[in-house]
Amino acid sequence: MTDVVKDKKIVAVKGTSLWKDGLRRLKHRKFAMVCLVIILAYFAVTAFVYVAEFFNWQIRAVMWTEEVGPSYQPPDVKYVFGTDIFGQSVLRKTIYGAKTSITVALCASLISILIGVPLGAIAGYFRGVVDEIIVWIYSTLSSIPYILLILAFAVVLRDRTLFGFRLTGMVTVYLAIGLTSWVGICRLIRGEIIKHKDREYVLAARSYGSSNARIIFKQLLPNVFHLVIIDFSLRFVSFIHAEVILSFLGLGEADKPSWGAMINDARIELARGVWWQMAAATVAIFFISLALNIFGDALRDSLDPKLRMQ
Amino acid sequence: MTAYIIRRLFYTVPIVAGVLLLTFVLFNLVGGDISLEIAGKNATQETIDEIRHEYGLDKPLFLSLDSQFVNHFKNALVFDFGRARDREPVIDKIKRGIAPSLSITVPMFFGVVFISVSLALLVAFVRGSAWDSLTLFICVAGMSIPYLSFILFGQYFFAYKWGFFPIYYTPGLSLYEYAALPVLIGIVTGIGSNLRFYRTVMLDEMKSDYVRTAFAKGLSTRKVLFKHVLKNAMIPIITRVVLAIPYLFLGSLLLERFFGIPGLGYLMIEAIGSRDYFIINAMTYISAILFVLFNLTTDICYALVDPRVSLD
Repeated sequence: MTDVVKDKKIVAVKGTSLWKDGLRRLKHRKFAMVCLVIILAYFAVTAFVYVAEFFNWQIRAVMWTEEVGPSYQPPDVKYVFGTDIFGQSVLRKTIYGAKTSITVALCASLISILIGVPLGAIAGYFRGVVDEIIVWIYSTLSSIPYILLILAFAVVLRDRTLFGFRLTGMVTVYLAIGLTSWVGICRLIRGEIIKHKDREYVLAARSYGSSNARIIFKQLLPNVFHLVIIDFSLRFVSFIHAEVILSFLGLGEADKPSWGAMINDARIELARGVWWQMAAATVAIFFISLALNIFGDALRDSLDPKLRMQ
Repeated sequence: MTAYIIRRLFYTVPIVAGVLLLTFVLFNLVGGDISLEIAGKNATQETIDEIRHEYGLDKPLFLSLDSQFVNHFKNALVFDFGRARDREPVIDKIKRGIAPSLSITVPMFFGVVFISVSLALLVAFVRGSAWDSLTLFICVAGMSIPYLSFILFGQYFFAYKWGFFPIYYTPGLSLYEYAALPVLIGIVTGIGSNLRFYRTVMLDEMKSDYVRTAFAKGLSTRKVLFKHVLKNAMIPIITRVVLAIPYLFLGSLLLERFFGIPGLGYLMIEAIGSRDYFIINAMTYISAILFVLFNLTTDICYALVDPRVSLD
C-alpha cells in the first residue's frame, strides 16, 4: 500500500488565495508601489507626531508653536516653506496638518465602515422588512447632496455635548464625514451579499448548523471584504478633501494647524504676495491624493478578479 | 404607463418623509433650543421667551397636534421655512439666490460635459497609447489638487495679478464679466473626474460584441466610434448628466464665496457662519426634493424610451 503511494508522483498544486494573488500582482506595478511608499510616509509622519506629543518630546519638527523667524519670511534654505504671520515655520505646520488630515480620514473611514458594512450585510442577508428599512434610510441620505449633508451635520454637531461628551474640532469633522459617508459601502455590500448568499459554501455552512450571525461574519464578509478595502482606498481621498473644506469653512480644528486652515489664512495673505503657506498646503494635499488615487486604482485592478477577466 | 408613474410617485413619499425626519432630528433634537443664541448674551428672560414663542420652540416636541414635529412637516410641505436671523423670510432669500447661482453653474455644467465627452472620444481613438496614459495621469493629477487651491491661485493670477477678469462681483457688472473666471475655474476642476468617467464608459462600450462585428465588416475606427459607440454610450452619459441637474440649483459653495456672487452657495456659507439652522434646513429639504424629482424623471424617461424596462 505504502509502495503505491511512494511510486506515484504527487504534484501538489499550491493554490493561492485572493489576497496573495492580488498582492503578487500589485508588486509588479512599480509605480503603485512608489505611491504606497508615499502613503506610508504620510502615515509615519502622523504616527510620529502622535508619539512625540504623547511623550512630550522636544523635537523641532513637531514644535509648530515655536517662533522661528520674522513674520512672513519667504522660503529659503533656512526656512524651507517660509514663515507665517506669527513667524511660525510653515513646514512644521504642514507636518502637523498631516496629523489632522490623516486622523480625520482614518476615523471617518472607520465610522463609515462600522456603520455601512454590518447594515449592508444584514439588509442583503435577511431581506424583507429589515432590508426595506435599511434601503429607505440610505436612499433618504443619498437624496441630499453630499456636501450639504456633511455641512448640516458639522454645523449641528459642533460644540454640542452628546452623552456627556463634548464635540469639538477634529471630532466634529470626522463624525460629520463618517455618519454621512457609509451609504456607498452599505449599498455595495448589500448587493454583493445578495449575490453570495445562495452559493454552495453558504448552504454548506447552514447545513452543519451555523447561526446566521456566524454565516454573515465568518463566511460572507471575509469573501467580500476586499471590496471594502478597494472602496476605502479610493474614498480616503475624498475624506481628506472634505476635511480641508470643513476646516476652511471654520468648522474644523480651531487652534491647531490643519491644511484647510492654512488655505484659509492664505486667502488674505495672497494679496500681499505671501504664497508659500498656500503652496505648502497644496503640495501636501496633492501628493497624498495622487498617491492614494493611483494606488487605489492599482489595488482594484489587482484584487478584483472580475475586472481581470475582461 | 400611468399606473407606473403613479406607483413611482408613491415611492417618493417615504423618501421625502425620511428627509424631513432627518432634518427634524438634526435641527430640532440635536440642534436643540437656539433661542439663547439668537437673543444674545444680555437678553432678558422675556425676550428669550418671545423668541421661543415665535419659533415655536415652546411647543412640545411630539405627541400633540401642534407639536414641533407636526409643524416641521406641515411647514415644509407648504415651503414655509420661517425667518432667517436677519428677519427676512428664508424662502425669499432662496428665491433671490437661484438666478446668480444658475448663471455660473449652468455654463460650467455644459462646458464640462461638452469638453469631457469630446476628449473622451478622442482618447478612445488612441486607447492604449502613451497619449491615453498621459491624459489619464493628468486627470488623476488634476483631481488630486484641492479645489480651494484652484480657486485661490486662479483668482490670484488671472484676476488680481494679470487683471484679465474682475476680482469680485459688483452689482454693475454684466454676466460675461463676473461669471467668466468662476466658470473657467469650475470647468478646469470638473474635467478631471468627468473625463475619466466618460473614458471608462467609452472603453467599456468598445469591448461589446457589436463593436467587434462593426470592425469585422471593415468599418473605419471613426465610423465605429461616432456611429456606434457614441450612441450606445449615451445611456450612462445621460444618466449622469440628468442626475447632476439638481446640483446646479445648489450653486457652487466655494466659487460663490470667493467671487462674492450672491447665490445659494453664498447664502449657505453665510448660514454656516451664523449657525442659521433655518436656512440650512430649507436648503437641505429643497435640494432633496429636487433630487427626488429628477430621479423620478430619469426613471420615467427610461420607461418611455427603453422597452426592456419592466413596468412592475
